[in-house]
Amino acid sequence: MSLIGSFALVLALALAAYSFVFGLVGLFRRDAMGARVAETARRAGIACFVAVLLAAAVLVTSAFHDDFSIEYIRQHSNRDLPAAYKFAVLWSGQEGSLLFWSLLLSGYGFVLRLRYKTDQRLFAYASVVIAAVQVFFLLILNVAAKPFSMASGVVPDGNGLNPLLQYPEMVIHPPMLYLGYVGFTVPFAFALGALIMKYPGEKWINITRRWTMVTWCFLTIGVFLGAHWAYAVLGWGGYWGWDPVENASLMPWLTGTAFLHSVMMQEKRGMLKVWNMLLIFATFLLSMLGTFLTRSGVISSVHAFAQSSIGTWFLVFIGLTVGVCTYFLAANISHLKSEHKLESLVSRESSFLFNNLLLLVVCFTILWGTFFPILSEFVQGHKVTVGPPFFNRVAVPVALLLLLLTAVGPLLAWRKTSIESLKRNFLLPLIGSVAIGCMMIVFGVRPWQDPSYFYATMAAVLAFLVIFTVVSEFVRGGRVIAGKSGQNLLAAMVQLWHRNTRRYGGYIVHFGVALVVIGILGTPFNKEVEKEMGYGDKINIGPYTLVCQSYTMEDNPNYGNEWAIINVFRGGKQITTMYPERRFYKASNQPQTIPRIYPSFREDFLLVTDVYLVYEGRNEETGRPIIKAHLNPMVPWIWTGLIIMVFGTIIALVPNAAPVRVTAAAPVQEPAHVGVGD
Amino acid sequence: MKFSMPTMRRSLHVTVVCAAVFLFLGAGDTDARFRDLGHRMMCTCGCGQVLLECNHVGCTTSDKMRNQLLAALTRGGGGGGPNAGTGDSDDLVLQGFVQDYGPTVIAAPTATGFNRVAWIMPFVALALGIAFVVYVVWSWKNKPTPALAGGIGIPSGNELDTLRERARKETDQ
Repeated sequence: MSLIGSFALVLALALAAYSFVFGLVGLFRRDAMGARVAETARRAGIACFVAVLLAAAVLVTSAFHDDFSIEYIRQHSNRDLPAAYKFAVLWSGQEGSLLFWSLLLSGYGFVLRLRYKTDQRLFAYASVVIAAVQVFFLLILNVAAKPFSMASGVVPDGNGLNPLLQYPEMVIHPPMLYLGYVGFTVPFAFALGALIMKYPGEKWINITRRWTMVTWCFLTIGVFLGAHWAYAVLGWGGYWGWDPVENASLMPWLTGTAFLHSVMMQEKRGMLKVWNMLLIFATFLLSMLGTFLTRSGVISSVHAFAQSSIGTWFLVFIGLTVGVCTYFLAANISHLKSEHKLESLVSRESSFLFNNLLLLVVCFTILWGTFFPILSEFVQGHKVTVGPPFFNRVAVPVALLLLLLTAVGPLLAWRKTSIESLKRNFLLPLIGSVAIGCMMIVFGVRPWQDPSYFYATMAAVLAFLVIFTVVSEFVRGGRVIAGKSGQNLLAAMVQLWHRNTRRYGGYIVHFGVALVVIGILGTPFNKEVEKEMGYGDKINIGPYTLVCQSYTMEDNPNYGNEWAIINVFRGGKQITTMYPERRFYKASNQPQTIPRIYPSFREDFLLVTDVYLVYEGRNEETGRPIIKAHLNPMVPWIWTGLIIMVFGTIIALVPNAAPVRVTAAAPVQEPAHVGVGD
Repeated sequence: MKFSMPTMRRSLHVTVVCAAVFLFLGAGDTDARFRDLGHRMMCTCGCGQVLLECNHVGCTTSDKMRNQLLAALTRGGGGGGPNAGTGDSDDLVLQGFVQDYGPTVIAAPTATGFNRVAWIMPFVALALGIAFVVYVVWSWKNKPTPALAGGIGIPSGNELDTLRERARKETDQ
């Protein structure tokens, strides 16, 4: 099996190299021969996907067949591993995850090369760029991180999959994250291709718009699933620890978000062309940087793979990419002149500029904080820790400004907005959100007592400002349509969305972001209690009483476990039973906690709280379990917000119902207008 | 070396005053200080968590560190225990932990020396970014408007405002 896999990887490398070299030849020779060569390069790119797919299939099949003669399978699988996790073996180690990267990249390339008739020349350029990236990954797989290396001796069983990864979400989280990381290669390839060939107009942006949105959506899902996994598996009661690897996933998301916004200025007004190039280059490079961080060992992280030499490969590749991008940007910058000028500071354009600025400042802060320990070691001779207090203190205020802009931005018209119009559209949402802040104070939140309460109050006010502006935009537009067509308001709002799916889909995404913020702002109000619990023992936390009904042990071929049965009471009435558990995986000799979470939607509705129980361990003397109980207010809104963000992105991807009619007599679009704008 | 009586008395006064200062510095609410300091330090087991937020299974370090912190805060002042010389002031507690666990135990760079750069840079970036955006907006705004071919005039001033108002009314109807 390993021979087939190794051969498939060598073949894939040869095909990718062919696709790159002869793709270039095809681009330079503009005769019939050049066209034929370019066609063979395109087909080689397609065949490369088949070869990488074969290699990946061999690795997964080897996991299912418990082929421990392959070192990678021996390290990351074992006989009793459940089937779903045997599939996840593909991305659970260094070599396999690089193969998975390569598979996704060749998959994207496969789709791109099949759709080449949209614009043959631009697609040919993009195909060459993708082939170059593919060559890099396949070189690593064939030289530095071989997934089909043979094990040194015969072993009866493998070491097993890391227990932290034996969780259903881990079968989804890495593919989503990788689909996001890898997906940004496509808009990057088109952008670089368009820059090299001095592609006229904004067609490359139109072509890649959906790619970018889908990729962004995957990355969003990946980042949030990672946070949810940390919450549901790691058992520390939190979901984001500003770990370098978490940061690495957030950075391309931030620049990608900035790109999604600023690209609208290029589409609509022919502005920010250089900026958009820089943003998509940065997004791709940050994706690579994230991969470098997890694999090089330069920064310590609980997420990182073992330290290896492939960090050097990534550094060289990142350096080369920066060089190529800088060269073509400098050479062809005259091609990227703005077609329009900005007319007013109070306009959609300037809001996008400030939105981009704030997103990039947050990104820079995270990058700076992530690398500062290395800089400190270089300058001072010792490392310092840059942990959550730094990021919370620096990034949170900027993020609040960003939230304010998210609320105000959609109310601004392209080109110029009158203050009167802004007042008219902004007044009610502003009153509503300030009322929310006042309610928080009435119900006991004292923002002046602690900075975390202050930030929580501000975040609540701004998040509701976003929600109210989004709702008011829908209602105002819906009313206009309802007035004209006689439909009810709901039907009118659906029609409104269908006229401009991208704009209203974007608003729904903003709504989701606001919900995520509401979920995060509950953090300062978390509570926790830890107690050893015998039969009938109680923990009182907030309005809940937790009663230990029983505790027991079980055993299966994969792991042994201890768990407690905890009845949860509120107001004297039992509302649920929870089973916090601790497992001990036999193959890897590692313990793993399985926290249990009960979101109190039924009892608290909007002010939902997670009851979060962790089986910490057992008192060896008494044999009784030690249970840690957390109350984490509002956290379920984070995951709800994610669902809404994904829904909004899907809505934005739906084609418009009818072409938007633009009349020459209407030079200015006010935000209340229906079916126009972004 | 001999000490005169006044010198010894003065030394005793200084010692008493210093002890009193440390006593008052540590006289704050112990719970609040425990929470504050516990969030300013990292667990050193390698989990990458803030000390008071580390509760992952099998952590042998965080409990010891928390007890050490509590001991340092509830000591009557003076010192003793694992952190020799640790008094009750926040700075001394932190110094004691740095001595025991190394500088990486502090969760964020201190506002001293080169570490200040860590705090300053993001705000410098924000200030430079704002200045740049304002400059870009200003320079775009002041760019001369290109004349259209065929003598078509571009509306401006009152004429433009009238057209805008008309457009708003027509689409709001």
